[in-house]
Amino acid sequence: MIPYLRRAAGGAVFLACCLPVSHCAYAQEKPYFVTYSYDLEEPGNLDIETKTALARPDGSTHFGASALEFEYGVLAWWTSELYLDGQATAQDSTIFTGFRLENRFRPLMHEHAVNPALYFEYENLNGADKNLLEVVGHDGQSDVATPNGEARQEHEHEAELKLILTSNLKDWNISENFIAEKNLGHSPWEFGYAVGTTRPLRSASTGRACTFCAQRLIAGVEAYGGLGDTAALTLRDTSHYIAPLIGWEAPKGLRISFSPGFGLTSASLNRIYRIGVAYEFDQVGNWFRQAGGRQ
Amino acid sequence: MNRTVLILFCFAFSALLAFAAAHSHWDHVPAKDHDRANPMAGRSEAIAAGALIYSDHCAQCHRADARGDGHKRPSLRSDSLRKATDGDIEWFLRQGDLAHGMPSWASLPADQRWQLVTYLKSLQ
Repeated sequence: MIPYLRRAAGGAVFLACCLPVSHCAYAQEKPYFVTYSYDLEEPGNLDIETKTALARPDGSTHFGASALEFEYGVLAWWTSELYLDGQATAQDSTIFTGFRLENRFRPLMHEHAVNPALYFEYENLNGADKNLLEVVGHDGQSDVATPNGEARQEHEHEAELKLILTSNLKDWNISENFIAEKNLGHSPWEFGYAVGTTRPLRSASTGRACTFCAQRLIAGVEAYGGLGDTAALTLRDTSHYIAPLIGWEAPKGLRISFSPGFGLTSASLNRIYRIGVAYEFDQVGNWFRQAGGRQ
Repeated sequence: MNRTVLILFCFAFSALLAFAAAHSHWDHVPAKDHDRANPMAGRSEAIAAGALIYSDHCAQCHRADARGDGHKRPSLRSDSLRKATDGDIEWFLRQGDLAHGMPSWASLPADQRWQLVTYLKSLQ
């Protein structure tokens, strides 16, 4: 596991060094890896994030899977995303596994006790994808233990729908996701869930610029798993995880998050470590407008 | 006939604009939010903290000097804001105006929203 952690940490540092230190902004993003909250990208902003998952299925070798995410705030109530997925498996290969296109909408324009958001995703992945950005149906560790050469033959052409519900209670963010996924080629609908809660370690700002202060740290926990499919809506033979979360909003717009996840059933991976590194560019549309204006 | 319809349409449209101009969006603030007291009102440390929050979250659209861009991103040094109560502004931050591009800041901790309100009031 250590070489993979070292590579992931190296990647994070590389990304941090490559990013321009210019305009930056702190999004309202929570350090969830699987659960979505109703928070959308601010209009005109582009958030680039890598989400890396490190694990080892029973009887197989370590893998590190990474999703590079481009999230753009189209409107205040509409966010659009593109994910590029890949993975590396020890004693096997490193491969690109496909892409996902996703849109999130807030149907209600005002705040309520429970706020809904709708999520629509199209996935064009192969069976070797190991990012586990959602767990549905009877997904289990056997799915990520297949050798890459064999797994990549399977084409996953899927649509995914999520109902996202979020409440802000005092300074707690509480989010619940209900997931329905359908392979467009065949297979029944598969279902899953994700729930999470986070809270900043300090709610008031200190009024001075700081790096490692409590107001920049967000802690929480998320739980996610599969709920079977239309043939059998069940918890039997499904994976379930619980994962504490910690997020750090570093100065200059960089966000780093970490989560060790623990499998709760025999079908689950024993442990899955997730690392996220994100940077938000504000008002990228203006860059092009300004460039156009100078010509 | 067509001219009559056109005149009626112009009249109705003007009446609508006049009605909209006479009603600010603070009119929508519920009474309990309108009257809500700012627990950090006037505190210098809250103004300093609010300035940092403004710089992190708001300056990208409303500009560092809070004067906006003169178009879609309005100035925050305005009569409208001057007349609003602290509770009005905190409510508006929480709700946002999604249809017009203003995100909701309900996910920001309440203390930080009040610090931001204190800073915005200090600009007036």
